[in-house]
Amino acid sequence: MKRRAATAIAVVGVVAAGCSLSDGDGGTQQTPTVTLVTHDSFLAPQEVLDAFQKQSGIKVSVLKQGDAGSLTNKLVLTKANPIGDVAFGVDSTFASRALSEGVFEPYTSPEADRGPQRYAVDPEHRLSAVDVGDVCVNVDTNYFTTKGIPAPETYDDLADPKYKDLLVVEDPATASPGLAFLLGTIAKYGDAGWKDYWTKLKANGLKVVSGWEEAYTKQFSGSSGKGPRPIVVSYASSPAAEVGDDGKPRTKALLDTCYRQVEYAGVLAGGKQVENARKVVDFLLSQQFQATVAANMYVYPARQGVDLPAGWAQVAPLPQKPQTLPADQVQAGREKWIGEWRALVQ
Amino acid sequence: MARAGAVTSGAPPRAGGSATRSLRKAASPRTARGLGLALLGLAPIGFLVVFFAWPVLAIIGRGFAAGGLAVVLKDARTWELAGFTVASAAASTVVAVLAGLPVAFLLARVRLPGVGLARTLVLVPFVLPTVVVGLAFRALWPDGGVLPIVLANAFFNVAVVARTVAGLWARLDSRTTDAARALGASPWRAFRSVTLPALAPAVASAAAVVFLFCATSFGVVLILGGARYRTLETEIYLRTVDLLDLSGAAALSLIQFAAVVAALVLGGLARRRKEGARTGAGGARRPRGGEWWAVGAAGVVLALLVTPIVALLAESLSTEDGWSLAGYRALTSTGEKGALQVSGWDAAVNSLKVAIDATLLAMVVGVLASVVLVALRRSPAKAARGLGETMDAVLMLPLGVSAVTVGFGYLVTLDALPGDLRTSPYLVPLAQALVIIPLVVRMVLPVLRSVDVRLRQAASTLGASPLRVWREIDLPLTLRPLVAAAGFGFVVALGEFGATSFLARPTAPTLPVAVATLMARPGELNNQMAYAACALLMLVTVLAVALIDRLGRGGVGEF
Repeated sequence: MKRRAATAIAVVGVVAAGCSLSDGDGGTQQTPTVTLVTHDSFLAPQEVLDAFQKQSGIKVSVLKQGDAGSLTNKLVLTKANPIGDVAFGVDSTFASRALSEGVFEPYTSPEADRGPQRYAVDPEHRLSAVDVGDVCVNVDTNYFTTKGIPAPETYDDLADPKYKDLLVVEDPATASPGLAFLLGTIAKYGDAGWKDYWTKLKANGLKVVSGWEEAYTKQFSGSSGKGPRPIVVSYASSPAAEVGDDGKPRTKALLDTCYRQVEYAGVLAGGKQVENARKVVDFLLSQQFQATVAANMYVYPARQGVDLPAGWAQVAPLPQKPQTLPADQVQAGREKWIGEWRALVQ
Repeated sequence: MARAGAVTSGAPPRAGGSATRSLRKAASPRTARGLGLALLGLAPIGFLVVFFAWPVLAIIGRGFAAGGLAVVLKDARTWELAGFTVASAAASTVVAVLAGLPVAFLLARVRLPGVGLARTLVLVPFVLPTVVVGLAFRALWPDGGVLPIVLANAFFNVAVVARTVAGLWARLDSRTTDAARALGASPWRAFRSVTLPALAPAVASAAAVVFLFCATSFGVVLILGGARYRTLETEIYLRTVDLLDLSGAAALSLIQFAAVVAALVLGGLARRRKEGARTGAGGARRPRGGEWWAVGAAGVVLALLVTPIVALLAESLSTEDGWSLAGYRALTSTGEKGALQVSGWDAAVNSLKVAIDATLLAMVVGVLASVVLVALRRSPAKAARGLGETMDAVLMLPLGVSAVTVGFGYLVTLDALPGDLRTSPYLVPLAQALVIIPLVVRMVLPVLRSVDVRLRQAASTLGASPLRVWREIDLPLTLRPLVAAAGFGFVVALGEFGATSFLARPTAPTLPVAVATLMARPGELNNQMAYAACALLMLVTVLAVALIDRLGRGGVGEF
């Protein structure tokens, strides 16, 4: 009985100490706090956020809301009373929905002409490009060296019987790299040709899985998972995470199979702190923040003249001629294409 | 609520009252008591209305407003989806029941070394992140498909069956079985004709819960089904999160809702038919004769449950260059290139805190609801009993509605409350509590109901107030099952991913959310750390369950 009493006291102690409601995110400080609504992949070093706070007096509170699609839809649903002041992470695939729903208000950042302007989607400047992240086919270079066959290089190569049963892709309905790859093939082969191309891929032993995690860490032979397939749809930057102790990359992105996704930031219409929100957009475009995006989010800075991490130039350079589709075309076609793709590949 | 006022007045007569006197006469002097009950009932109802019904109806309402529901409802593919969802969930439920029964026997009736350990271990699958389990099953079935979906969903839920049924089984009067045996029935016959029917309420109750969990399962279906096998849940997610097709999602939600209500009604009927199994002295002993077969079957089930867990531990230790503890060491960090904003340990501590809050909240709401339900059910008024049964079913609904529907519902409603809760970290325990409350009710209700009415009547006759009766009679008799319910709720909260991933702040992730974040980033160390975090989650679970089982030991603990 005594022991049970002791256990009970221990439990009560844990409960009393545990209450998560007692420690909210803190303090009654007078610092204005701007809420940055973003996607799950957002990552900024705390030092950089702290430095911004010191310099501008603005504290940035990060609110992650799922992937780019989920983020966009949540912003649309809450546009009458936004859940934050500024948003980052709406990408070129979803930009057109956010714009037509009036989620963002116009703001031309003074930093925008340092490069981000190249990727502008909207004449009213409601969105500013922060980074670009290309989705490319990655290959396990060791596999092809060992087998003594050249690695594939183009979209057409992937349908070559020489590479039968080697490719794994993500489902465009459930994974954004999968959708980007599909859009890349549509941009490449056009409305008339993409289905033929996928029919060939299917005949060539294509494997479809639902998420990037499974494709890259379980199916792909070039990652730590040592899966069975040496060709995978991933990102242009992925090889930077697969550099061995000898400094040599184990994988390579095929730069002729890339589709460009641009990620944007903007001031949310109807937010309570427009002035401060604008400063946060400036911050996202600043040299200071742009220098961190490659190492932390595996994307490329939109700003010109920002150095990539050491080694990226060789291992994971920015693709020069990626495929692209205009945002409004993606918006109009997405659901139809996914439906057609499903009917074709499944 | 006026009706509820009349309800309790039908409760056991106090000083010399006649049990048969008309309700109308009885009502007026005891309105105060009825009012108290109504107020008690308001708390759980209010909670569910604000944090469940309102958000869900608001988001479905938007779908209605957009129109086009009929198109989806008329589409043959919609009904294929619905058929597959119901059929696969039913199949998983059958597998979970078949696998759970021998384990329940082991836990309830067998005294062998290691049974206590089995009791704890069986709960571990429940907290495992779906992405991890999905990938483990995918390793065994590289092409995915229906079979691994069914088995994976069953894998998560064997514990629900085993522990619910064991709870009743342990209290089952063994003399009835002994009598059957003495009359010449074989052990199998005695089990089939005496034990099994007596266990039916618990089996039905567990099966209904398992069915709801399976019908709304998301992660494993996505990974194992690929794009070929989809369910209502994955389609609702896709339409809401990716396509913003709220009318399509609303149409599918309505079908999901209908399926869930049908399952609840069936479960409720099965429970009612067999109400009032004789309970008495049960007791565990060494198995003999044919019982060893059941013990063997339980052993096989446990071995199968442990296999993915062992595979996962192996994964957390293996690297390109052999075995290593790097993943575990990394738990003190924020992962490779700071994949997380806090360390693995911080995530564990946060998991515990949130789960404790969620459990406390769910216990308050769930126990209040159970007390009201029992009072309604004991009422002689038919309408009150009907109200009780409706409320009982309504309380289960949060298990059967998609987390994404609730999550998006919060976004379009909760800003109307003071303090704009939509994105508040306080919502995490609230949302977890929503999932736990139905389980607490399912576990507490039968125990409260099994309290002998005569004891309460005696206390009343001796002049105890209703509150005093509850404190002196109901509470002591049900304390241990209450602890057990809290324990199970706690475990569910620890493992909850769907709602939590929507609401948790990156500065305060729970362990399952941290695992998912780590899995979604490249780098071997992140992957290994994800598996190490899973191992940590299992360890936390095992310790919590062991502690709770110790507190509730010897009681009528269901889970």
